[in-house]
Amino acid sequence: MPGILTSLRLFLGCAILCGLLYTTALTLFSQAVWPWQAGGSLLVKDGRVTGSLLLGQPFASARYFHSRPSASHHDPHASGGSNWGPSSSQWREALQQRIVAAGGTTVNPVPADLVMASGSGLDPHITPEAARFQIPRVAHARQLSEDTLQQLVRQVTEKPIMRLIGAKRVNVLRLNLALDALDKPGRTASPP
Amino acid sequence: MSDLLHLSIYFGVVLGLSLPLGRHLAQVYGNRPTIMTPLVGGLERLMLHLGGCKVDDQQKPLAYLVTLLMFNALGAVFLYGLLLLQGILPWNPAHLPGLRPDLAFNVAVSFVTNTNWQSYGGEATLSPLSQSLGLVTQNFLSAATGMAVAAALIRSLAGHGSMGHCHVDLIRSVLHVLLPIALLGSLLLVSQGVPQNWGIPVTAHTLENQAPITIPQGPVASQISIKQLGTNGGGYFNANSAHPYENPTPLSNLLESLFILLIPAAFPWAFGRMVGDFRQGRAVFMAMTILFLGGAAVLYWAEQSPNPMVTDLAIAPMANMEGKEVRFSVRDAALWAAATTAASNGSVNSMHDSFTPLGGMVAMVNMMVGEVIFGGVGAGFYTMFVFVILTVFIAGLMVGRTPEYLGKKIESREIKLAMLAELTIPVGTLLFAALAVVLPAGRHSVLNADPHGLSEILYAYTSATANNGSAFAGFNANTVFHNTCLGFAMLIGRYGLIVPVLLLAGGLLDKKRLPVTSGTFPTHGPIFVMLLVCVVLIVGGLTFFPALALGPIAEHFLMVGHGN
Repeated sequence: MPGILTSLRLFLGCAILCGLLYTTALTLFSQAVWPWQAGGSLLVKDGRVTGSLLLGQPFASARYFHSRPSASHHDPHASGGSNWGPSSSQWREALQQRIVAAGGTTVNPVPADLVMASGSGLDPHITPEAARFQIPRVAHARQLSEDTLQQLVRQVTEKPIMRLIGAKRVNVLRLNLALDALDKPGRTASPP
Repeated sequence: MSDLLHLSIYFGVVLGLSLPLGRHLAQVYGNRPTIMTPLVGGLERLMLHLGGCKVDDQQKPLAYLVTLLMFNALGAVFLYGLLLLQGILPWNPAHLPGLRPDLAFNVAVSFVTNTNWQSYGGEATLSPLSQSLGLVTQNFLSAATGMAVAAALIRSLAGHGSMGHCHVDLIRSVLHVLLPIALLGSLLLVSQGVPQNWGIPVTAHTLENQAPITIPQGPVASQISIKQLGTNGGGYFNANSAHPYENPTPLSNLLESLFILLIPAAFPWAFGRMVGDFRQGRAVFMAMTILFLGGAAVLYWAEQSPNPMVTDLAIAPMANMEGKEVRFSVRDAALWAAATTAASNGSVNSMHDSFTPLGGMVAMVNMMVGEVIFGGVGAGFYTMFVFVILTVFIAGLMVGRTPEYLGKKIESREIKLAMLAELTIPVGTLLFAALAVVLPAGRHSVLNADPHGLSEILYAYTSATANNGSAFAGFNANTVFHNTCLGFAMLIGRYGLIVPVLLLAGGLLDKKRLPVTSGTFPTHGPIFVMLLVCVVLIVGGLTFFPALALGPIAEHFLMVGHGN
């Protein structure tokens, strides 16, 4: 077949350029300019990596704010959603159980994001409503005033850009780290 | 109201960027120097040397087609081998084994055909070497392939008497368009927090109970940027752009969703310039716009509507948050879903399986009409061209004249090839989906029961044939049966279009351009735009109505019935 050798030569040239040089050049540059971001936004506490600011973690005790439900139990090696369809009866049952577990009632309903599983299974955020919903429980468990926690939630709430791009959100890991810092002043994790 | 503002700002930016990019594309495929030439000129000379060609070389239509198919076949074999041998190759810090042959076949076909359907979860299956050398390479080259076919088609319509040279088109697509924009995008993504490192997994101890977890890492940003730009869509991680490492902030989300439509939206403008009539490009762009905005509006509405299955539960504020991320509102998820299925991108920032039935249906219809609503890079344009031929033919029947487009007579050979191309999507989708529904090996893979289960199968085969790559991800596609069938569906969907389109282009190339007379049906006005939209919906969409009625439409009415 005439031309197959030149095609092969061109293909290998492209593979080296797009597959290796492009990736490598970007990695070297990014590591130099944004080392923290390029390294996965890792949080270090007492010399150990606590996790990534971008990845949600499981929290179960009453002393912490809880993350959203995760279809993959917050396993960073198995990201993904539940994929339950909107008419699924299993999904409805799971919602009912989670509402009870979260202490939701008709007078004190649970925000949707706190009982519905995220798309990635690693959603680091909850809505401010979902954070406020949990304040009474956390305040009771930590013997803190609800006002203090309201203020804390307000402090860490991120807002949409120009009120349009993105949604209001609270990073659960950041909120819980700030919560621990209230107990032990001076020993906080260090996002830059 | 703010939904409308949100949508118009997004689309305004797409429009604003696509115009200058269209001009740039016209320079690239006019084989003239571009603003990138000072930067990539040297590289271009090197690559042209490797490809054994010069910038103004010309190929006959058949030679162009053979070169293109050969280049793609080489890519597929290379990727297949790389994936099989992953276990013994370097840059594999997590010591992942090689892939099963059926999966390797599926992945190789998937990335070479610009589909990027993924039967696997990237973080637990592929090494950084496979992702970079294997997948990223094909992210560039499959995109360049689509662009080359579109360029050849436009040249044959423009009447310069030549289709160009396949290698030149591939090289210039990569160097003048894809590589520079992808580099810029990657940098912006890293600044937002998308990792870009050597891929050594990090061990961390969780805050609450100090449990050790391993966090996968890798050169993510470089891959995400090109997978969005080249309408590829194959993510580094299983959750794709819903994963916080792929899409960490609202800004990264905005950039990634802009990238989805950017190049596909620029092609009609490039076409208008290259054929010397801006209005022709505008007409195609308008038809695409109408179809896109219509679909997006229905999707917005469907996803914001309450789900009657759960409105009685103690949940407030209520929103369809299952499978969606908090940092993107339901709105961002709906917009993304509309864009990613209209363009044949297939990346997701939320799980389509958990969408409302009508929301999921819009996503399916976007793909079923053949990925012509902006569509894949290049592919969207050349597939829309097939509909243009049909529209001109139908209009010609109505006014009783020989149909012509841009002064070229449309005769029986053109219509036969156009119909052949048109049959690709229904055949690939419905035949294989029917097979999967009938055989137990196919049915086993569904997660949800009843009509939603049918939707999962239908979505999978639509996505594969349309070379989209998104999924109702509850569907377990990683079986020998589905890996094989989906692989063939992707091949049919890709080359079942490229081959007839290039033959069509070759035939048009030699035709004389006739002068415009009072009897010529104008193909730049609003009447033509509306006709084109109708032909896309009726010829492209109506075929699928029975299947949709049994899937999403049935599910919708079951849900509404539950509420009463």
